[in-house]
Amino acid sequence: MTMQTFKEWFFTTDHKRIGIMYLVGSMAAFVVAGLMALLIRLEQSNLGPTITDNPNEYNSWLYFHGAAMVLAFLIPGLTGFFANYFLPLMIGAQDVAFPRINAFSIWLFYGAIILAMLSFVIPDPPDVMWTGYPPYSISTTSNTAFYVFTLHLLGFSSVLGAVNFLVTVIYMRAPGMKWNQLNIFTWTTVAAFVLQLIFIPVLASAVTMLLFDKYLGTNFFNPEAGGDVLLYQNLFWFYSHPAVYVIFLPACGILFEIFATMCKNRVFNYKACVYGGIWGIVGISGFVWVHHLYVSGMPDWLRIGQMVTTLLISVPVGLLVMSMWGTLYKGAITFNTGMLYAVSCLFLVLSGGLTGIPLALTAITIHLSETSFVHAHFHFIMAMFSAFAMFAGIYYWFPKMFGRFADGPWATTGFIFNIVGVHVTFIPLFIIGVEGMPRRYWDYQMFPQFEPYHQVATVGAFMVATGMAITILNWVRAAFKGKVAPENPWKSCSMEWTHAPNCPQAGNFPNPPSVTDDWSPYGYDDREANMAATTDPGFPAQVKPAE
Amino acid sequence: MRTLLGKMSLSILGLIAAAPAFAQEDGYERDPAAGWDYLWHEIVIDITVIGIIFSIAAIWMVWKYRTKDENAVGTAPKLSKAAAIAWVLIPASLFMADDFFLSAKGWTLWNDYRRIPDEAKEIRVTAYQWYWEFDYGDEIITEELVVPKGQPIVLRMTSEDVLHSLYIPGFRVKEDVMPGRVTYVWFNPKEVGEYVHTCTEYCGTAHAEMATNVRVVEQEEYDAWFEQVKEEAKAASLNDNTQG
Repeated sequence: MTMQTFKEWFFTTDHKRIGIMYLVGSMAAFVVAGLMALLIRLEQSNLGPTITDNPNEYNSWLYFHGAAMVLAFLIPGLTGFFANYFLPLMIGAQDVAFPRINAFSIWLFYGAIILAMLSFVIPDPPDVMWTGYPPYSISTTSNTAFYVFTLHLLGFSSVLGAVNFLVTVIYMRAPGMKWNQLNIFTWTTVAAFVLQLIFIPVLASAVTMLLFDKYLGTNFFNPEAGGDVLLYQNLFWFYSHPAVYVIFLPACGILFEIFATMCKNRVFNYKACVYGGIWGIVGISGFVWVHHLYVSGMPDWLRIGQMVTTLLISVPVGLLVMSMWGTLYKGAITFNTGMLYAVSCLFLVLSGGLTGIPLALTAITIHLSETSFVHAHFHFIMAMFSAFAMFAGIYYWFPKMFGRFADGPWATTGFIFNIVGVHVTFIPLFIIGVEGMPRRYWDYQMFPQFEPYHQVATVGAFMVATGMAITILNWVRAAFKGKVAPENPWKSCSMEWTHAPNCPQAGNFPNPPSVTDDWSPYGYDDREANMAATTDPGFPAQVKPAE
Repeated sequence: MRTLLGKMSLSILGLIAAAPAFAQEDGYERDPAAGWDYLWHEIVIDITVIGIIFSIAAIWMVWKYRTKDENAVGTAPKLSKAAAIAWVLIPASLFMADDFFLSAKGWTLWNDYRRIPDEAKEIRVTAYQWYWEFDYGDEIITEELVVPKGQPIVLRMTSEDVLHSLYIPGFRVKEDVMPGRVTYVWFNPKEVGEYVHTCTEYCGTAHAEMATNVRVVEQEEYDAWFEQVKEEAKAASLNDNTQG
């Protein structure tokens, strides 16, 4: 890389380059956190010490795996990479509202990644899990400050990003573009940023109090001095449950884009999906956090009240799911690798979502809480559904970003390893979870009967590792040497395909588009009329697509 | 289409009205562990049915509407306003009916978990990094939990250092143990045997080794054990006195 290209990337304020940098950073976090997962699975594969006889070492792997996957891979991948790259293109904007603040966000994110990686070289890495519950996080000799400062950096980065993108969507839509003409992905991203803006300050205050308690001698969480250990858990989950939707909603948004394009269909019941599904989830998300605290000694009335609110989440999620299924109905379905991942997500969201229903019931959670059943449940939603939706999106938009296809036999091979591997890993964990296998255990001498299940799960983890290695190498290969893609190869109606060329340059659009009321990002039933509803004829008219 | 929607909405209204009635049916004895198994069984059926319906729908559509023709477009009709509203109200009502049905059942079981029987014997539990102490009263403190068969037990729990959580999978009970607060669980040991008892709130280095067995024994054996522990406690306190 020459100095010039280095400078171009380092000082860039272009939303697409910033997006690619988010992609690289979050995939780096994914790879390292994935290696931690392999170490964890190896350690669990046999009773007694397997690859380490030091539980503290194992605990710091758990910490890194959880914190990095949620905070440095899923959230920045979805709201950093996907939102940055595609949201301005979808709404016909030439960049985000505050490009320099956007550049500041990405460097805060990289600061956090570096801080997180430093935990591998300091002598006392954090071992407080990604939840950081006091009093342990205060009394432990490990370095809780690393955890707190990493969260601070990521929090600032996300809040700045949230303001930036909300302003962008409110003020920079293509002239004539009404709210009900937005892509579902745009809606889900807006909802995710609203959640970030409301809830991140709560998390930031909680971990800051932790910092003060540990290093400055305050007593927010110290019962001996009048503090309360439960205060932290309430604040933490008041953010961290909505954080699940910060991940879940954009993941659903990506799937809607892929389904609509690959089925050449309008989104089924668009308004119900947006106002009932997406905003319904945002509306309820702040009233369900106690389901993470069902066995934490909360008052009975709260545990019962939030059992009902938690179950009611099934209503907006159900509306989203109905729209997703309905988009397939009477479609003209063609397949690519992105669509393969997207279709697998239909089943992953069922497995992950439906196993959440028993966990919504307070009395049932008494037995299942903190077991590998919970562990498998949230991995199905977060690790599989959301991550697979991201991979689907990367394949689907690969021609847009790099002008080349990433599809092919290697892509399909990687997919098969991944989808089989995740089931081989997590189905055994569901089973032993119901039998009582606790999470976060370095060893399980009291449950020798679970050893074979752990071994199967470990085999599954290595299948996923193989699949991901193939997938990532395939992306790198395809970015430089993949088959060159024509404009709008999937024949989408969405603006990022019809009006912006592949590998868009600064400014995105050769002719900044504007639209009339008849335009829709899903106007497949009459393509010509839909294109005629924009001022710019767009690509299908300018460039003849390859037959 | 319209009459079908009408019939469906009527039957759903009926279902919602009937949900609490279904829930009141008395299929299990008032015992948390048995109640847990019973409700778990029901809920697994519930989610399996929903999962199968949606899976079949997805598989069927992906198969039926697949095409090789890249220029084909979907033919899904645009929903009329009435149909769009119906497609919100009907699924939402169905999901809510199931939610309220499950809530009612879950609440009933929850009450069993929280309502301690009058005849329950109280044992105090203190958690430390990384072991448990059981206080039977009269300064009798043990590191293992031994209980007589058929005697409901209530554990009043607190911690001396960090968070822990008391979990006995065999009795389907779990509750966090915290410094500065007292929490409780109760259970009814109905079968003689040994039950794993472990910690399920991350508490540091030896979190995974904070396990003992709960021993459920016949009343006579329990009495003998208790006498023995009492003697040992007395001897220990005598020793302390002479040394002091």
